[in-house]
Order: sequence, then C-alpha cells, then structure tokens
Amino acid sequence: MTAIQPITAARTLDVARIRQDFPILSRPVRGKRLVFLDSAASAQKPRSVTEAERDIYETGYANVHRGVYWLSQRATGEFEAVREKVRRLLNARETREIVFVRGATEAINLVAQSFGRAFLSAGDEVLISHMEHHSNIVPWQMLREYKGVVLKVAPIDDAGELDLEAFEKLIGPRTKLIAVTHVANALGTVVPIEQVIRLAKGHGIPVLVDGCQAVPHQAVDVQALDCDFYVFSGHKLYGPTGIGVLYGKAELLQAMPPWQGGGDMIRSVSFERTEYNELPWKFEAGTPHIIGAIGLGAAIDYVQSIGYDAIAAHEADLLACALRELSKINSLRIIGQPRHRSGVISFALGDVHPHDIATILDQDGVCVRAGHHCAQPTMDRFGVSATARASFGIYNDRDDIDSLVAGLRKVQEVFRL
Amino acid sequence: MSELRDLYQEVVLDHAKRPRNFGAIHAPSHRADGHNPLCGDKVTVTLTMADRHIADARFEGAGCAISMASASLMTEAIRGKSEAEVRAMFEEFHAGLTAADEGAAVSALAELDKLAVFGGVREFPVRVKCATLPWHTLVAALDHISEPVKTE
Repeated sequence: MTAIQPITAARTLDVARIRQDFPILSRPVRGKRLVFLDSAASAQKPRSVTEAERDIYETGYANVHRGVYWLSQRATGEFEAVREKVRRLLNARETREIVFVRGATEAINLVAQSFGRAFLSAGDEVLISHMEHHSNIVPWQMLREYKGVVLKVAPIDDAGELDLEAFEKLIGPRTKLIAVTHVANALGTVVPIEQVIRLAKGHGIPVLVDGCQAVPHQAVDVQALDCDFYVFSGHKLYGPTGIGVLYGKAELLQAMPPWQGGGDMIRSVSFERTEYNELPWKFEAGTPHIIGAIGLGAAIDYVQSIGYDAIAAHEADLLACALRELSKINSLRIIGQPRHRSGVISFALGDVHPHDIATILDQDGVCVRAGHHCAQPTMDRFGVSATARASFGIYNDRDDIDSLVAGLRKVQEVFRL
Repeated sequence: MSELRDLYQEVVLDHAKRPRNFGAIHAPSHRADGHNPLCGDKVTVTLTMADRHIADARFEGAGCAISMASASLMTEAIRGKSEAEVRAMFEEFHAGLTAADEGAAVSALAELDKLAVFGGVREFPVRVKCATLPWHTLVAALDHISEPVKTE
C-alpha cells in the first residue's frame, strides 16, 4: 500500500477564511449553499476588489493622464501603479511592456490587427492548436480574410494533449506567428508551453500565449518563458470584467502600429500629421477602464497575499479528490485525460444532455457550465456537441465536490442511469 | 425534487429516450431547420400536407431531453390537424410555457392533451426555448422559411 503524502500545514491555505472574503459565497441560492464550480468562465470577487473600486470612486476619482490638479494626478498614480503590479506578476522586464485592454479577447485581436496586418502577408502562416478558445481562432480567421494568411492547426491526441511532434512538423518557412493556449479552457490541459516556445525560438518565430486559464492558478514568468506576447483577462483572476492585459516584448510593441486612434494614444495632433504616444499608451486610445485596472490591482494583491504555492497545492488536492470521486460514478465519462491538468474537468453522463445535467445541479445551488465552452473545434475533436464542465477556484472546498457528486447522483436518478 | 419531476415527467423522459417519428420524410412538401446556437440543440422538421392538413410529420436532430421530447410529442399531436389548427396549438403551447399568470398558463395547456406535460418548463425560464424550438421550426416549415430559425 502506498501512503498518500498529506499536504503539509505550511502549504495549506485556510479555505474557510478565504470563503469569508467572498461575500457571494455566504448568500444562499434557492435556500441552498452556493456551490460555484464555474470559475473558468469567470471567478467570484473578494471584498477587497469591490472595496478598492468603491474607494477610488468615493475618494480619489478623476480622469487619468490629463489633469494638472491633484485628484487627477492621484488617480493617474493609482492607475499606473497597477501596471507595475502586473509587470511584477508576470515578471516582465519593463512596465511599458504591459498594455491594458478589455480582456484576453481584445489583446489577441490587437495583436492580429496590429502585428498581423503590419508584418504578415498573403501565404504567411499562423500556427495554433486544436484546443484553442474561439478568441484564439477567430481573430486569425479575420486576418486570413483581410490578408490572405494561412491558418494551420496542430492536432491534439485522444487524451487532450498537444501532439508536439506534429506541431513541430507544421512549423515551416512561412510560419510567422505561433499562438497557443497555456491551459485549455474546455479540457484543463496544461500545455508544455516551455517546449512549444523552445521549438518556435529554434525557428525564430514569435509566440503568443493565451494565459487566461493559467494566471489564476500558477505563477507565470514571461522572461523565463521567453514568449513574445502573453495575454489574460482580469475577471478570471478574481478581478473585474472589462479589464485585461497584453504583455508584449518592448521591441515588438515598438515596431507595431497602433490599432485604435483617439485621445491618450497621441503625442500631438494636427490635420496634417499625428505623432503617436510612446509605449504602452500608444495602444490605449480613449479613457481607459480606470476603475477596472484598480480592481485588478486589488485582485493581484489578494492572490499574491495567498501565494501561488498555496493556491496550486489546494487546487491540486481538490482536483485529485474530484477526479477520484467522479470516477466512482457509473456512466460518467471524463472528456480529456491529460497528464498535467489544471482545475477543469469536462464530462459526459450517459447520454444525458449537458443542459439537463446543469438544470438538475442548479436546483441544488451547484453551478457548472454546460455547452461548447467557446471551443467548438475541441468538442468536434471528441465527437460531442457539448459537455458539462466543473472548474475550481481558490474558494472551493471538498464540500463543493460532495455537492457536485450528490447532484450527479440525482441526475442518474431522474434519468434512470 | 418535485420541481424536477414536474420538468422531467415520465412521458418526457420516455419520448426523449425513444423519440417517435424520428427521421426525415422523403420528398416532403414542407421542411425547415431550427438551431439554438447557445445550447447546440438542432432539429429538422419535415411535413407532408394533403388538403391543407398535416398528413405526415417527422423530425430529426439532437439536443437536450426537453427539446427531443417536445419534437417527438409535437409530431404526434399535429398529425391530421389543419394548418390553422396547428398554428393555434403553438400559440396555446407558447402561452402555457410563458404566461405570467399561472391560471392562464394551465388553462392554455389543458387544451393540448398530452402536451400539458411541458407545464413544468414554465418554472425553468431558460429551458423554454428548448421546448419551443421544434414548434418554431414547424411554423417556419409551414411558412417556407429557408433560413434556420432560432428561439434565442
């Protein structure tokens, strides 16, 4: 018998205390305890995030980068301080490499529209994987229509892992950009992004990494990775919606043309000629999401106060427990069996449609996602039109898994599985 | 569990598992596709009309238990009915699932015999579109609409 090593106390996070930081978790849903298992879609927010937003509105709000008055300077200071926080979070070399955007989707569109339109020509290739979110597929298809570039797709195997050998074979002389996810949102696969980047660098090809499902769960070091672009959304990192980050290497961002024009992104404007602002503001036309950025700063502080080591250990424990319990349910099939998985489990239960599963779970306050998870090519690869998906955040505990399992037993009961 | 039992009644589960009139009519006089993009439910309805009455109705597609059972029971219920009767049935059905007033909803469904099993859907507003997709598709077939219809 192999004894399972218990997680040491020093690395364990106090989930009961964390749950108290999230006001929504103590509010009952239909009289039941809220069991929120859809953090991969969007995470709940700790009180410190909503308080930071309210605080700036009530005590320090003004537009940024404009006023000479004290209040505007203070707001500008707070806003720009978050940029530095993001730099530290990703260990970027320079603060000007951090561009605020609405979310990862906008970040990828920015790269496609700016980098893509400027540096790619007809016949050039963009290489992605088969398990991308629609937001890392459609912007490249739009570029294909506009510029005639070719979209290549690296296959995944039955376990839901990237086929690295096939991936490498798809790299050719016309490959001009590689855009891959760090963690697949529908399957939970943690992509060996280090190897992907190493292969790309061997051919001198820039790499964009979609870090939406990685940043909430693990430390990311863009210098160690040596990726050229890294994108994520604030709302999956316990921050507000409408704010996200594009990291880009300074020399690339500098060479890229702006993609939206307006205020803030200019140095001087006349009808004859406009001089653009320097990085990162060149890419931030118009009044930015000041409050969102400040909320994101509070979210980063919150996550770092807990620490990625503790978060990773807690979520690994939950994942192992969930996989073990779910495997005991007859007729339950987990879609994707990657060796290295983040806190996402997609599954099917007999031939019950995922929407019927989600409706029944919802009756007991258990929130899971049902559908194609904005990853229809992934669904097609596994021959399903939709799955049910449970995903974890720092506030989930073993009671949540028990509730999920009890709910699934009820589905079996209703559908006589 | 009682609300769930209202939603997933025996008749609904039975028709979802063993749908009646499943398949396509060869050379139908009417045909339409329905699709709920958000949940992925897809249904195709084919009809043969004779003397402005429905002589045969079949469906094929894939989706949740509610949409499959609704399509199955619909094809049974509309056979032999006139076009005008079928349109009126859809109005009653829709009212039975969505009317704000419970009494109005119950009396609308009472006219529809077996279709009254969908009364429980009214308690699950996000699932109404599952139950009505086959009916929207049926009406599109009668109206000769070639674009796939949606209920979202």
